[in-house]
Amino acid sequence: MAPSNARLMRARVLVRPKQGILDPQGQTVERALKALGFDGVRNVSVGRLIELELEDPTALPEMCNRLLANPLIEDWEIE
Amino acid sequence: MKFGVVRFPGSCDEVDALGAAALAGEAVILWHAERDLHGVDAVVVPGGFSYGDYLRAGAIARFAPVMEEVAEFARGGGLVLGICNGFQVLCEAGLLPGALLPNLSLRFICRQVLLDVVEHDTPFTCAWEPGRTLSIPVKHTTGRFYAPAPELARLKAGGQVILRYASGTNPNGSLEDIAGVCNEERNVFGLMPHPEHAVDPLTGSTDGLLIFESLRAHVDERAYV
Repeated sequence: MAPSNARLMRARVLVRPKQGILDPQGQTVERALKALGFDGVRNVSVGRLIELELEDPTALPEMCNRLLANPLIEDWEIE
Repeated sequence: MKFGVVRFPGSCDEVDALGAAALAGEAVILWHAERDLHGVDAVVVPGGFSYGDYLRAGAIARFAPVMEEVAEFARGGGLVLGICNGFQVLCEAGLLPGALLPNLSLRFICRQVLLDVVEHDTPFTCAWEPGRTLSIPVKHTTGRFYAPAPELARLKAGGQVILRYASGTNPNGSLEDIAGVCNEERNVFGLMPHPEHAVDPLTGSTDGLLIFESLRAHVDERAYV
């Protein structure tokens, strides 16, 4: 890509398993926390954090739907 | 009958798939960066770890140049078989319904499984005797089939569930023991078990051959119509 002087924005995309889909990773972490004595922990869910710098933040939703997340099984959120 | 087996960076079962396909017809490798399908009658998207399984299994491979051609081929009625990682790629590409999630055990599973053939009226299963179960291996970490409830109901009503793990033997937590599904038009089929690893008596079962032989029988029959 050619060098560009356009201002870069920093973005974070959070991708997490959709509610209602069994998340064995979250369950395992929850059990491990309990085993360490951290009581009262509920609904642990493990997702992904994607950090990127980009010129055009309006392209982010399409990036998320086409590649960064699978909308069938994951929800995404932009920070 | 000519098979084309796709090779992505990170594929590892394409050589076995090529060997299995060669028992049923001619078989060639299709390189991921090329767009030429070399006039094949069926495409096999093989197992492995395409593009390192980065992001999600199959998420990057679906954008490979060869996959654009495979998608076009499939939309035109071409026969496409996705095995394991190939199944994940076809789901990510939207050529098959549903998605594959991490095994409930979160472990890599490698073992022989028994499969019930639910639908015989497909190009991939037409050579199988009704009632006969299949013994072929699975080896995966991300093989738990999932589809949202309305989609799952549609799949069942439309006869798109082709293979199920035999009752009580579901290795990964797949919804309703589903091991393989096809698209509505029945020309694209994906399964987690590996038929290409069960084509030689040396490995204990030759049941996997039936998929490749079904495809050949289907294509041969089509040629005479």
